[in-house]
Amino acid sequence: MTKQKMNNARRSPFAAILVILAGLLISGGGYAVASDAIDTTSVSATSQEAVDAGKKLFLANCASCHGSNAEGGNMGPSLIGVGAASVDFQVGTGRMPAQASGPQVMKKPVQFTAEQTAQLAAYVASLSPGPSIPSEEWVGEAALASGDTSKGGELFRINCAMCHNAVGAGGALTEGKFAPSLAGVSAKHTYEAMVTGPQNMPVFNDTNLTPEDKKDIITYLKYVEENDSVGGFELGSIGPVAEGLFTWIFGLGFIIAITVWLGAKSN
Amino acid sequence: MSELEKRYSPGLAAQTKRPIEDPGIEPHRVRMTDKSEKHARTAEKQIAAMFGVSVIGAIIAIWGFFAFPIVDGDLSATRNNSLWMGLGMALSMLGIGFGAVHWAKTLMPDNEVSELRHQARSSEETRAQALEVVKLADGESGFTRRKLIRRTMYGALAFFPIPGIIIFGDLGPVVGDTLRHTMWKSGTRLAKDPTGIPIKASDVTIGSVFHVIPEGLEDLEEHKLEEKAKAAVLLVRVNPEDLNEDPAKADWSYQGIVAYSKICTHVGCPVALYEQHTHHLLCPCHQSTFDLANHCEVVFGPASRPLPQLPITVDAEGYLVAQSDFLEPVGPSFWDMRK
Repeated sequence: MTKQKMNNARRSPFAAILVILAGLLISGGGYAVASDAIDTTSVSATSQEAVDAGKKLFLANCASCHGSNAEGGNMGPSLIGVGAASVDFQVGTGRMPAQASGPQVMKKPVQFTAEQTAQLAAYVASLSPGPSIPSEEWVGEAALASGDTSKGGELFRINCAMCHNAVGAGGALTEGKFAPSLAGVSAKHTYEAMVTGPQNMPVFNDTNLTPEDKKDIITYLKYVEENDSVGGFELGSIGPVAEGLFTWIFGLGFIIAITVWLGAKSN
Repeated sequence: MSELEKRYSPGLAAQTKRPIEDPGIEPHRVRMTDKSEKHARTAEKQIAAMFGVSVIGAIIAIWGFFAFPIVDGDLSATRNNSLWMGLGMALSMLGIGFGAVHWAKTLMPDNEVSELRHQARSSEETRAQALEVVKLADGESGFTRRKLIRRTMYGALAFFPIPGIIIFGDLGPVVGDTLRHTMWKSGTRLAKDPTGIPIKASDVTIGSVFHVIPEGLEDLEEHKLEEKAKAAVLLVRVNPEDLNEDPAKADWSYQGIVAYSKICTHVGCPVALYEQHTHHLLCPCHQSTFDLANHCEVVFGPASRPLPQLPITVDAEGYLVAQSDFLEPVGPSFWDMRK
């Protein structure tokens, strides 16, 4: 290639685009490799670095209620022994940090990145042993595909349905508290809620519902979430209130309209 | 009073003034369909259209049956099948009904007519004749004359229904004291519902809730559900400091583990909505709320007595066992409950 040809190529309008593309690829690719490296370190969340980072996050965001050593206070309970699963559930669903006091802390947009959540969980888990985050063996796609839906349904009706409704639509408790709807809740968070008993929910430890039982329950929940109701319109699946209201307004309304028409004289 | 009223309303003879004046029949109003042939034609088309809609409805129902076949093992396949067959058949019937009513209202004669009731009492001649017939029959049959026949017949008529009453004795066992006792007895292990696996005290961590049946329930030959409905128990472990126990029942719990009947004392729904921190137990049917930390006293709702507590302890192997049956009847109160 002669010098003249190179100069021509350099002046081509495509040259600028090529240069920019090359620059983006190098910097972006480099970042991707680097951040992959960061991710692998954060996955091993028990490392001392994660615990230290978690402690910093804890002091800045959680200590005002839970105490600077997570020992608890007037505003928040002690977190010693609640385990990584509890942190992953509370922070991972956005319930913590709580925004305001009330009958119940509500779900809201998640405040921390997955990495920060893992660091917080590592810190709290380092204080005292507690339930750990469930492995893919129980909450992964493959695990749920092998779950027993009908057994899960039976266990759900015995242990969960009285509060969460037979298809997980949620329901009211006392004094403004409620059992939330389980639609759209990830398998991991459902599992963690059973193990840790967040807020007023009771605990279902592994001797009560074995990990296999929990997996079946989650399989059942995913089944009712993904499949249409056999009985037609669900009307929120909340039972007699919605169905009664619908019948009273539309059913009786239609009957009254027909009665008026039957009794009216033709023009 | 008009001549007609005198004849046909003897019951009103003494009543001179009616509370509401009879307004009579309102003047006849001629319909548009009677006045113009054009309107009548329109009504005719409307009626035909309604019958047409009925045919379409029937076709939709048939289409729904074939388009959404019910597949064995796929429950959700019935959803569209039922929906379209139901809608189609409803449309089909409504079309006929609406068409018939519209026809009657617009095209059939609409002259108002009032018809008067006939007097209920028969004429004197008919009454006298009837009496004659009865007397004749009595004379011919000897009903009054032959006392023996008459009285034995009365006796037979009185006795023949008795077997019909006796047969009700076969309807079922007498209730007896079944309302006062459950399957629980001293040493019965507390087991998980539905698996029947016995529960160790160490399995029940603080804040845990177990839904409990008596061990051996699954092995019952009969009345399994009846026994379960009486014996169902909710097992909870709370921090012993939070537990305000009745001194008389202090040894009914084990290290903060308490067992209460799950059957509401109001009308017997399963009370199982347990809140870990308030220790409230809520009944979903009528919102009766029991304070588990305070020997399950009623804090809200229509229930009138606390949930009965099952006295528990542990056996040599560490399994939770009942000390005895419930010491009072479980479930809704009944008339002679305290006897």
